[in-house]
Amino acid sequence: MPFREAIRLALRVIWTQKMKSSFSIIGVFIGVTFLIAVVSVVEGMNEYMTESFANKLLGVNTFQLRRYPGVQMGDISSETRRQWRRRPRITYEDARAVEAGLSVPVLVAWESSRRGVVEFDGKVARDIDLIGVTEEWFAIRKMDMEAGRAFSAQEVRTGQPVIVLGNELAERLFEDRDPVGREVRVRKIPYRVIGVAESQGSVFGMSLDKFAVAPALSPIKRYVNPPRVLDELKVQATSLQELQAAISETEAIMRSRRGLRPTQESNFSIETADAVLDFWDNINRFLMTALPGLVSISLVVGGIVIMNIMLMAVAERTREIGIRKSLGARRRDIMRQFLVESATLATVGAAMGIAFGLGMAALVQATTFLPARVAPWSIVVGVLLGAGVGIGAGLYPASRAARLDPVEAIRHE
Amino acid sequence: MSAELLIRVSDLTREYQMGAETVYALRGVDMAIRPNEYVAIMGPSGSGKSTLMNLIGCLDSPTGGEYWLNGMEVSQMPDDELARVRNREIGFVFQTFNLLPRASALHNVELPLIYAGVNGRVRRQQAARALERVGLADRMEHKPNELSGGQRQRVAIARALVNDPSILLADEPTGNLDSSTSSEIMAVFDELYHQGQTVVMVTHEADIAAHARRVVTLLDGVVHSDTVREAA
Repeated sequence: MPFREAIRLALRVIWTQKMKSSFSIIGVFIGVTFLIAVVSVVEGMNEYMTESFANKLLGVNTFQLRRYPGVQMGDISSETRRQWRRRPRITYEDARAVEAGLSVPVLVAWESSRRGVVEFDGKVARDIDLIGVTEEWFAIRKMDMEAGRAFSAQEVRTGQPVIVLGNELAERLFEDRDPVGREVRVRKIPYRVIGVAESQGSVFGMSLDKFAVAPALSPIKRYVNPPRVLDELKVQATSLQELQAAISETEAIMRSRRGLRPTQESNFSIETADAVLDFWDNINRFLMTALPGLVSISLVVGGIVIMNIMLMAVAERTREIGIRKSLGARRRDIMRQFLVESATLATVGAAMGIAFGLGMAALVQATTFLPARVAPWSIVVGVLLGAGVGIGAGLYPASRAARLDPVEAIRHE
Repeated sequence: MSAELLIRVSDLTREYQMGAETVYALRGVDMAIRPNEYVAIMGPSGSGKSTLMNLIGCLDSPTGGEYWLNGMEVSQMPDDELARVRNREIGFVFQTFNLLPRASALHNVELPLIYAGVNGRVRRQQAARALERVGLADRMEHKPNELSGGQRQRVAIARALVNDPSILLADEPTGNLDSSTSSEIMAVFDELYHQGQTVVMVTHEADIAAHARRVVTLLDGVVHSDTVREAA
């Protein structure tokens, strides 16, 4: 029997036994749905992590000099944390020494921040990132102004009480009014709004627009940190090579300032987007390792169901098999008929799984902060898995059908 | 052996193992059938006539002895070649029709052609012609349960004939039919015989056997009598 004939026959049988067929495809369906949806979300996360998260928050070719890592990932023992807290803080002098000592062209900015409250005209915005920075911070963060302007080196040096508001904060305090030129208060101290930043979007569903930035030396310095101390020094180089050069120079400067001997560990940390991406790679690798396990469980279950249904089909259709054999069907014709039937069943399940998985990915994309990106390979794998499971599960029932004795099969009722 | 012979069986035996017991269904049958014979195989139940029919139809393999069909030794054939012989050389008509219940009359008749590798329009044309030959041109798309018993048996005959077999075998072809339908069906067999078709049928009814030109009687697994009647 030609292959095309076998498929047509299989589709007819599947169609006439819709109920039974839908049971048997459900396992494969779930497995493939899962595969497509998870792979899509993971792939989406991948792109998101590299293109927006790491680069938006930490910047391309940028490193942070800090007392201890700002982005802490994985298991960190309390012992390590205690050690971190014993480290000396990064001081203004440290920052100035690094700035002065770097030989490659870089952008440098100080940054210190703390959560706090911003008030305007009786309205109170809580849980706002209050950030004290130097002027090049805006360039490193690639933050443009929607209205007004960022502050200048002059304003930083002289510690002017001016402030740039995040998009959402500005909207919350001012609604439709123009914030530029008005005064907001942070801990009772008035700051003149000189600019509103363009929206920075969100990361993992958290808005990046709930902040207020003031010059590092403005009165905000007393709120965000102890005197003459900063959270981090941001350094942005123009290329990866220069970034690496800047990192080793910074390390050398800091170690010499702190009088560390070569055997001693650095008591400060230098952080790049790579660290975050490495961590994400670990999660990614874990998901991609765990995924086949999860998918194969449902596929094995699906395969067993299909095998059962096919065994039932062979038992129910013993007479049909006998008739076909009496009319000249060879073993391989019967074998093929049942194999194609189970493969078709599973492939139909896989196809539905793909459609549903794509739908789920789109739904996740639309309703949560998780991005989804469909990986074409996952669709190919889905189809192949479906067909594979169908053939695997059909093998035993099909060979039983093929080996039936025609005389006995035809008498079977 | 003579090339004239269509079927030659010699010392054909068939034993069944029923638990510890061995049942001897055929104990050594010798028989020869020439082209365009019309043979009825008779005998009481248990005489081995159905077993012989299944062996001749290549649905079963003998325990011992030889079976030659059209110059080929069928008794030594592997499974796949037997399937080919069933497909090309033999048309089998069963007592219970054995049509596929979910398939149309046309599709049922197409089945042997499918296994012969005939495709598409040619296949449908051949199947339709076979149905026309048995007078069912207007019932092609009917399912078996939409047909009368006689019509079903006609479909089965069309299916048996569609590959133009050397021999048409019928196992109690009228066993499930009433008497008027039986004579209709027998008329079809008679007509096919007159057209040159070799027909071998198993029956236990004398009036059905009377249609044949030769009657072979089996008793206890051996040939008891073999009589040729001159044309009536």
